[in-house]
Amino acid sequence: MSAVMTSSMPHLPAVTVPRSALGSKGWTAVAAAVITVLVLAPVLNLLVPEGSALHLSDYAVALIGKIMCYAICALAMDLIWGYTGILSLGHGLFFALGGYGMGMYLMRQIGRDGSYHSDLPDFMVFLDWKTVPWHWTFSESFIAQMILVVLVPGLLAFIFGFFAFRSRIKGVYFSIITQAMTFAAMLLFFRNETGFGGNNGFTDFKRILGIPIAQPSTRMVLFVLTGMTLIGFYLMARWLVNTKFGRVLQAIRDAENRVMFCGYNPLAYKLAIWTLSAVMCAIAGALYVPQVGIINPSEMSAASGIEIAIWAAVGGRASLIGPIIGAFFVNGAKSWFTQAFPEFWLYFLGALFILVTLYLPDGIVGGVKKLLNKNAEVKA
Amino acid sequence: MTPELMEAGTDALNKHLGLVASNAGESGGRAASYGRVVEPDQLDVTHGSILYLDDISVSFDGFKALNKLCLNIAVGEMRCIIGPNGAGKTTMMDVITGKTRPDAGTAYFGSTIDLLARRENEIAQIGIGRKFQKPTVFEHLSVFENLELALKADRRARASVFFKLSGEQLDRIGEMLKLIHLKGQAQRTAGLLSHGQKQWLEIGMLLMQDPKLLLLDEPVAGMTDEETERTAELFLSLEGAHSLVVVEHDMKFINELTTRGANANRKRVTVLHEGSVLAEGTLADVQANDKVVEVYLGR
Amino acid sequence: MSVTPLHAETKPAITSRAGRALSASLLTLSLTLALAFAVGPRDAHALTADEAYALSAGDNDARIATLQKLVAKGDPALPAFLDALAADTVKVAGNKAYIVYGDEVKDAATGAPAKLPDGAEDVVNNNRMSSEIEAALGAGKLLSKDVATRAEAIDSLSKAADESKLPLIDKALAAETDPKLKTLLKAVRAKAMLSSSDAGTRIAATKALAEDATPEARALLMERMADGSETDSAVKGSLQLALDKVNRKLAWGEYAGVLFTGISLGSILLLAALGLAITYGLMGVINMAHGELMMIGAYATFAVQNVFRNHFPGAFDWYIVLAVPASFLAAAAVGAVLERGVFRFLYGRPLETLLASWGVSLVLMQGVRSLFGAQNVQVENPAWMSGGSDILSNLTLPYNRLVIIAFAGVVLLAMTLLIAKTRMGLFVRSVTQNRPMASCMGVNTARVDTMAFSLGAGIAGLAGCALSQIGNVGPDLGQNYIVDSFMVVVLGGVGQIAGTVYAAMGLGLINKFLEGWAGAVLAKIMVLVIVVIFIQKRPQGLFAMKGRSAEA
Repeated sequence: MSAVMTSSMPHLPAVTVPRSALGSKGWTAVAAAVITVLVLAPVLNLLVPEGSALHLSDYAVALIGKIMCYAICALAMDLIWGYTGILSLGHGLFFALGGYGMGMYLMRQIGRDGSYHSDLPDFMVFLDWKTVPWHWTFSESFIAQMILVVLVPGLLAFIFGFFAFRSRIKGVYFSIITQAMTFAAMLLFFRNETGFGGNNGFTDFKRILGIPIAQPSTRMVLFVLTGMTLIGFYLMARWLVNTKFGRVLQAIRDAENRVMFCGYNPLAYKLAIWTLSAVMCAIAGALYVPQVGIINPSEMSAASGIEIAIWAAVGGRASLIGPIIGAFFVNGAKSWFTQAFPEFWLYFLGALFILVTLYLPDGIVGGVKKLLNKNAEVKA
Repeated sequence: MTPELMEAGTDALNKHLGLVASNAGESGGRAASYGRVVEPDQLDVTHGSILYLDDISVSFDGFKALNKLCLNIAVGEMRCIIGPNGAGKTTMMDVITGKTRPDAGTAYFGSTIDLLARRENEIAQIGIGRKFQKPTVFEHLSVFENLELALKADRRARASVFFKLSGEQLDRIGEMLKLIHLKGQAQRTAGLLSHGQKQWLEIGMLLMQDPKLLLLDEPVAGMTDEETERTAELFLSLEGAHSLVVVEHDMKFINELTTRGANANRKRVTVLHEGSVLAEGTLADVQANDKVVEVYLGR
Repeated sequence: MSVTPLHAETKPAITSRAGRALSASLLTLSLTLALAFAVGPRDAHALTADEAYALSAGDNDARIATLQKLVAKGDPALPAFLDALAADTVKVAGNKAYIVYGDEVKDAATGAPAKLPDGAEDVVNNNRMSSEIEAALGAGKLLSKDVATRAEAIDSLSKAADESKLPLIDKALAAETDPKLKTLLKAVRAKAMLSSSDAGTRIAATKALAEDATPEARALLMERMADGSETDSAVKGSLQLALDKVNRKLAWGEYAGVLFTGISLGSILLLAALGLAITYGLMGVINMAHGELMMIGAYATFAVQNVFRNHFPGAFDWYIVLAVPASFLAAAAVGAVLERGVFRFLYGRPLETLLASWGVSLVLMQGVRSLFGAQNVQVENPAWMSGGSDILSNLTLPYNRLVIIAFAGVVLLAMTLLIAKTRMGLFVRSVTQNRPMASCMGVNTARVDTMAFSLGAGIAGLAGCALSQIGNVGPDLGQNYIVDSFMVVVLGGVGQIAGTVYAAMGLGLINKFLEGWAGAVLAKIMVLVIVVIFIQKRPQGLFAMKGRSAEA
């Protein structure tokens, strides 16, 4: 193997222990996370008075809730990129589609409280439409829309993936066509005629399931829901990568030819994980929209798709916890920069892309592991 | 039914089978010529041939990689294939395993399975195993996991999610580890093995699939003498129950393979040159052949 | 969202009896006025005070009668006064009329300065009066000596073209010397004839329009058919025939137009994708910052333009000659820095290169925003590239696009020669085909890599320079073209320049054909979908490098 090949691989551990889902340390961490999300956050936000140092501000709740949705996307990206080697630059599309699905429901929930006091959402009145278009047929029903949130992105991912993987499109070609796909979708959604609010998208939500959306209690419920979903997905992903299925995925990433010659058909595996990751992103999008209060086509832009990849890369691919950390780190930095030094945010992000790929191929998690190993060696 | 009658019956049956076996010649004997039920997906070797390539031609952009190649491997045979670089050896394997579609020709596995109509993973499942020139193992998985993946089991995605190793399968993996001399390295990450060890791991993975035909592309490239010796022993032990096609440059290794084991000194060697067969015969014949000497072996 | 063209106030079709009376009076008015101006004696006397007063005060009918009388007299001072009336700057007091020019007040008749008496009232013109005044003014302008005035008059006339104005139109047509205005007048005439009460005249009008195969003629015919006021079946039939004929004649122009814009777009895509074909096709580097290299070329052109504008204004038209090498060098320099600083460490790792280059693109975009501001900047075409040649009535070939097509051809040729014939090109080819071997032969692979990448970057800069001539220049100029460039390279086949050419031209033409049919956005989407489907059927692109070396 040439030097180029080895340098492209993340650090190989000396011994690969037979992996069980989580060690005892892992389960403790999960329990701590559950308690934080389920108990600590609501208490600190709703019960602790505002002046107190321990109070979790509404702003923080909204921000962390948003970042947790992003973390779900990063987790999904790790499953297809870190473990299966498929770099998708278009996962923002599934996130946005899920968001739009929820957004449609929320727009109908505004009812007559919009600017035009009509049963139809404002933008439809503005466009002079008399009835809702066909794709809004189910938008009154929460359950139906939630089914669509999962079904539409899932189906789109399935069809796209089926044709792409069947033609053995790999590597960079695949990434480029995912980018083209999300770009085309963004153009489509920018048109007013498509019936999704054009370049303004959906906003000004009032209620969800009859409950006012701007209340702290609703926010907290959404926060807890997002947190539990994130933890749930993490556990599911952990379990999945430790099954034979997960090992086949890694084999596909490392040597797809060999996998085929071992008798496996990579198509089924790739398609399954691809669709799963798309659905995860869609659910994240659906949780994102009520917390952030707006969705527009720029969520589908190529730039947002690539950002998901960078969260995974910064955190550390193929580690599941890494991308979650990466999402928190990068989005936390973004939040800080855009307040303190807005001009420098893009410099920072750009530099992050460059430096992580050049010097930190295993991300934060890999870096930490290396440090720990070095310490262990020094001690020994 | 008395015990004596049972014994008499068994004797008669054995005599009959012995007659059939003794009549079996190169073309499968009387059994082959009877009307028999042929399952399309089952390997049928009653004619004695496990791999049949006829007039296979492959050209890449005008360059003829294979030019009307004909090859016929008998069941249980160990065939060695030699030839200079660019002779088409790897392309031939690509065609057999379904990686490359030939422009013309036919390829059969047994007498019923058309290799050209199937995909790579199907061909692998049917019983053809291939070892690549460059050792391709799964670098990030452990040795154990590599072998586990190669185990003959349900290959479908859903089955893999709920797959659990049975005791018997565990034993098989253990045996294989012993065979390829990696018993102590079961948990070692495969990417960290030495080159020779990786070759062995790959051979092990091949054997886990229990293939009927093994295609071995330069199996001892980069191995030490001792490892080469061990590899020769392993292959010789496989001969008979499995059919092997060995492509190699190491003439010493070829010599080892052809002069030992069953059919010693009668094993055939095929010489490929510029996409077609230049000569075929025992190693001694081939080494004496002028054309071969000129093209490949040198004086 | 399509924007319906803004129509200025359109006068309603004249059908009521009152309307007819109005139009009759207008006709008489304009007729007499025109005749008067055309034929009448050029009296030098100005308006009398009585006349001015009669026009400004009193009953509308009386005023109109006075107006018509004055028009018939052909007084050259009349138009000025009518202007003042229309502008509401006339006041009356006592028996006199005054015109107010801001602070000054002048006597309407003599033009001498005067003092505005107390109790002076504004002159009020209702719609009828206003239209009469306007018509009188317009008719006068129709025969003015100034081309611009005549053009304006024809324009306002065309909005109210009806049968009654025909004599006036004919008169103007006879006197008209400018060929463009003559054509316009003919169209106005046809329009007037179309609304004639006589079916025969209408049929004659349709025939005339059929001969005159312009988009305006077609619009007129369609308008007439669509508004449903045509009841005579013979005329309807004639309308349809005329419409078909005009459509057929115009069709050629339309096809040629689509072909031209398709080739133009194709040439731009070619320039944009050519640089990418080198960096990706030859070197395997996925450069997401390619669009930003184009942007740098465009901004370099902007900078050169400014230098010329500030220091060599006389030679401004030739700034483009300097801008071409400037944009090449600027982009090539940035490309060299990128290659040495970032990409060289990522060879063989396309996915990482993709991400790192995206980071570079963010940095470059933000850098340009900091230096030049986030808004678009103005880059003007030099004079010899402005305008276009009108080949057909509905086909104008803009000069700037023609120049760019030629430019793209030249760049393509130069690049092909460079790669195929020069020593440098030989090195590049050798390094990309077999790096270790080339290195053994003594080729400095590191330097060749940098050169090759800079070449690709420089061509991107040239593309940016070209884009600055036909579109907006802003920090996100590159983002609009990056997806298209990759589509072209992927479609054309990696490693083949010929493929890039065919793919670029093909995509440009297909895009424009679809645009005419489905609109710009849907056309773009369809093109993307087509490419994606094509790649699935034929993953190696149009022209593929076959063989075992072509592994993704």
